[in-house]
Parts: sequence; structure tokens; C-alpha cells
Amino acid sequence: MSTGWRVEVDAGRCIGSGGCVGMAPGHFRLESGLAVPIAVVVEPTDAVIDAAESCPVEAITVRGGDDALIAPA
Amino acid sequence: MPDVAGVARSYPFSPPDRLNLDPLYAELRRVEPLTRVRLPFGEEVWLATRYADVRTVLGDARFSRAASVGRDEPRLTPRQIEGGILSMDPPEHTRLRRLVAKAFTARRVEQLRPRTRQIVDELIDAMVAAGPPVDLVEHFATPLPIQVICELLGVPFADRHLFHVWSEAIVSTTSLSPEQIQKYLDNLYGYIGELVQQRRREPTDDPICAMVQARDEHRDRFTEQEVVQLAAGLLAAGHETTVTQLPNFAYVLLTHPEQLAWLRAEPARVPTAIEELMRYVPLGVASAFARYATEDIEVGGVLVRAGEPVIGSLSSANRDETVFADPDRLDLGRETNPHIGFGHGVHHCLGAQLARMELQVGIGTLITRLPQLRIAVPEPELTWKSGMIVRGLARMPVAW
Ligand code: HEM
Ligand code: HEM
Ligand code: SF4
Repeated sequence: MSTGWRVEVDAGRCIGSGGCVGMAPGHFRLESGLAVPIAVVVEPTDAVIDAAESCPVEAITVRGGDDALIAPA
Repeated sequence: MPDVAGVARSYPFSPPDRLNLDPLYAELRRVEPLTRVRLPFGEEVWLATRYADVRTVLGDARFSRAASVGRDEPRLTPRQIEGGILSMDPPEHTRLRRLVAKAFTARRVEQLRPRTRQIVDELIDAMVAAGPPVDLVEHFATPLPIQVICELLGVPFADRHLFHVWSEAIVSTTSLSPEQIQKYLDNLYGYIGELVQQRRREPTDDPICAMVQARDEHRDRFTEQEVVQLAAGLLAAGHETTVTQLPNFAYVLLTHPEQLAWLRAEPARVPTAIEELMRYVPLGVASAFARYATEDIEVGGVLVRAGEPVIGSLSSANRDETVFADPDRLDLGRETNPHIGFGHGVHHCLGAQLARMELQVGIGTLITRLPQLRIAVPEPELTWKSGMIVRGLARMPVAW
């Protein structure tokens, strides 16, 4: 889907705080203590932006169809 | 176990004894991972002691903090803590947290490291100039986090004597009357309210100003009270936590000389050591901030009913033998260390990266600049805080 957003979690940075899982439970889960996106490509939604903007180590990136960084700003 | 069926144990189990954790936690983890307890105030509550269960209570969205509002929350103080970011659930919580999260990310905190080094160096210079013995609590651990948070928030450091008294009052358990505490709280909110107004008149580049702007652009989303309370919380948060952990960590290192020598040999080990100290030192005397089940959920083999509160013990989770090998042993080089000393889930400490950096710079510099650092009085003469909220030294006379 060309209008979808790509959600990634950098496993090397994630400290497993669980913040994203609590804010956007439909989009992230914890696996062996680290966050992983439930789906890599998602429909545009504020939930993933909130999570990326609030991650204490900025481990989450959200990119648009053109690969431009949407969050964190 | 001296457990009469249906009778809740009083909690905390025993008065704080230096940095020791009551052995009952280990026994409970083994035989009764979810148990009934009664805190000095508020309703009876479940206590979770195993790592996995504590993470569930803190991280599972079916457990709510917002549902605590209006309940007789289990607590250590007569006065009920009102509202604030710690009493919200997503999405309201997200709205407020996002407002300040940017100012506390690892990247932003790294930018404060050089200035923090400078503050630490100045404090040690002053200690050296005064000559031993010096109280590490008063002359190092207290000014360091307060100066850093003041500069970060743009609050005049010169006013610290005012809000230090007010903040202490907020976390005092029994020493003040509820009326007195309310008076101090009103003072703190009044002071912050004044700063907020000032930012409105003369915008600056700090988180309080960012909050004021967000509030003024989206009046429907934030109340003035929320902005003031959040800013006050940020100012107060480090007072009883980082201020207490700095001397606690120094105490643990000075009473484990072999491990301290190992750490000094290679200062690059400091960040790993700080994580182990976060795990090892049980800061809170009891756990608080109960989560309320919003539906029936099984935790630790017990069915918690919708509407029932549960508290999770971070200190007990951090000593869980199924997660940490040899958990009661201090191992500054511990490699796998998923401790939850900063909590877990949406309320995971907002200031965690800041506190880590302060502890790394503070402890790292102290042990390298003062290689002969030692406690200046015999161990039994050390005075410990007698309040029931955090474990820590009231005074820590050191020499070098
Ligand atoms: C101005 C805002 C704040 C007020 C009014 C406040 C008030 C209190 C009170 C009354 C207690 C006693 C708890 C009880 O009775 O169970 C307490 C405990 C505590 N507070 Fe705060 N607090 C504030 C901000 C914060 C913040 C932002 C933090 C986060 C670091 C914090 C961390 C703690 C901790 C760690 C305890 C000990 C309880 C435990 O170990 O779980 N406080 N606070
Ligand atoms: C070693 C020092 C510190 C420790 C051990 C600590 C510990 C904690 C813990 C355990 C919580 C979660 C409470 C819960 O979920 O019930 C928390 C929350 C919080 N902490 Fe800290 N803290 C420290 C320093 C700081 C500092 C310096 C700040 C200042 C920015 C801060 C700001 C906060 C805030 C605002 C929250 C509430 C977050 C939310 O509800 O989303 N803490 N802290
Ligand atoms: S919020 Fe960031 S650090 Fe926390 S679990 Fe999610 S990705 Fe990891």
C-alpha cells in the first residue's frame, strides 16, 4: 500500500520501557523484553506518532511512502 | 508462613533497615506471589512480588491508574495524592506526556552531560576547598540534581531553598499535618504558576515555555492546572529520588571495596555499574501508586477481580531469582540487567535518562577525583532517613 507508513523499532536502542506498548497496544508488543511493531506497514494514525514522539530513546521511526521521516520530528 | 487466611499483612512489612530488603519478599515470591496487604492508609490491596507479575501490573492496559481517582487509594501518607500525570491512562496520559517527553529523551539529555560535568566538578572543588569531613548529602547529592533540573526547566537556582522545603513536605509521610502539607503544596503551585505567567510574557526556550505554548494554542486540550502541576512535578521529582540514590550508590560502593577497585580500574564500566546499583538498591520502602483492574485478570495464579487494586514491588522484582542470577549479590559488571528500578509501561520514569546521566557523571567523577574517598564515621554512627517513603542516608560524612 503506497500511502501506508513504515514503522520500525531499533532493537539496539530500545530499553524495553514498554511505553509504546501502553500507548499504542495495537501497534507494538514486547518480545523478549524489546518492542517490535505488530505490523511494519500501517494505515496513517496518530497512535504510532505519539509512540515515536514519546519513546525515551527515540528507538521508533515512522516513515511515509516516500521514505520521508514523519516521526520523531 | 504466619498467614491467617483472609488476613492482610501490614505493609511495609518492617521499618526500613538501611538498604536491606525484608527477606519476606523472597519467601512471598516463592510461595505466595500475590498477597493481601494493608498500607498505613487506604483500602486493602494485592501486592505482586515476582518480576513477571509486576511487569504485568505496570504494563498491561487492563490495569488502570485513572481508576484510582475517587477511591481510597492504598498509601503511606494521610493525604491522598491528587491527579497528575501518574493518575492518568492513555489517551489522556499520552496527551500530557508527549508535551514534555521531547525534553527528556536520551539525545537531549546527552547535550546536558558537559554542563553536568562542570556542576559536579564545581561541587567537588568546593568540598576539597572546605576540607574533610564533608556531608555528601548536603554538599553534593542535594545540589547536583536540583541545579540540573533548574537549568533544564529555566527555574532560578537561587530560589532552591524555597521549593526544596515545599518538595520535601510533599513526600514527607508523618512529620507534617495534612494542613501544613497542603499549605506547602499551594506555595509550590503558586510559585510555578508565577513562572508560567512569566513565560507567557517573555517566551524562553525551555520545557515550561513549550508547555505554556501548547496550552495557549490548544486551550481545549490542556488546563492551566495541568500545566502547573506537571511543571511542579518535574521540579519535585528528583528531590526524593536522585538526591537519595547518589549517596546510596556511594555508600554501596564504599562498603564493597573490591568491586569499587574493579570499577575504578576502568571508568568505562560506570554506566553498567549504575544499572546494577539501580537494580540492587531498594529505594522505595514500600510500593505505592496502585493499579486498578478494569476486568478480571489472573496475576500470579490469583484471579484479580475487576475494580480491585494491585501494587507491584519494584524492589522485589529486581531481586527475582528467575530473572537475575544470584540476585542478592552486587555484581557491577552484570551483563543482562533488565531491572525495573525506573518502573515499566506508560508511566516508566520520564526522567530516567536524565537520572542515569546524573548518576553516571556524579558517581563516576566522585570515585575518580577522590581515590581515597571513605565514610568518615564508623558505620553504626551513620544516620538513616526515618520517613517511610524512601530508603537513604540522612547525612553521609565523608573524608578522602
Ligand atoms: C508535585 C507532584 C508530586 C506530589 C504531590 C507527590 C506526592 C507523593 C506522596 C504523597 C507520596 C507518598 C506515597 C504514598 O502515600 O503512597 C509520594 C511518594 C513517591 N513519589 Fe511523589 N509526588 C509528586 C511527584 C513525584 C514524581 C513526578 C515522581 C517520579 C519520580 C515521584 C516519585 C515518588 C516515589 C518514587 C514515591 C515513593 C513511593 C514508591 O516507592 O512507590 N513523585 N509522592
Ligand atoms: C534515580 C532517580 C529516579 C528514580 C529511581 C525514579 C523512579 C521512578 C519510578 C519508579 C516511576 C514510576 C512510578 C509508577 O509507575 O508508579 C517514575 C515516574 C516518573 N518520574 Fe522518575 N525517578 C527518578 C528520577 C526522576 C527525575 C530526575 C525526574 C524529573 C524529570 C522524574 C520524573 C518522573 C515523572 C514525571 C514520572 C511520572 C511519569 C508518568 O506518569 O508518565 N524522575 N520515576
Ligand atoms: S517506548 Fe521506546 S524504549 Fe520503550 S519499549 Fe517502546 S521502543 Fe522500546
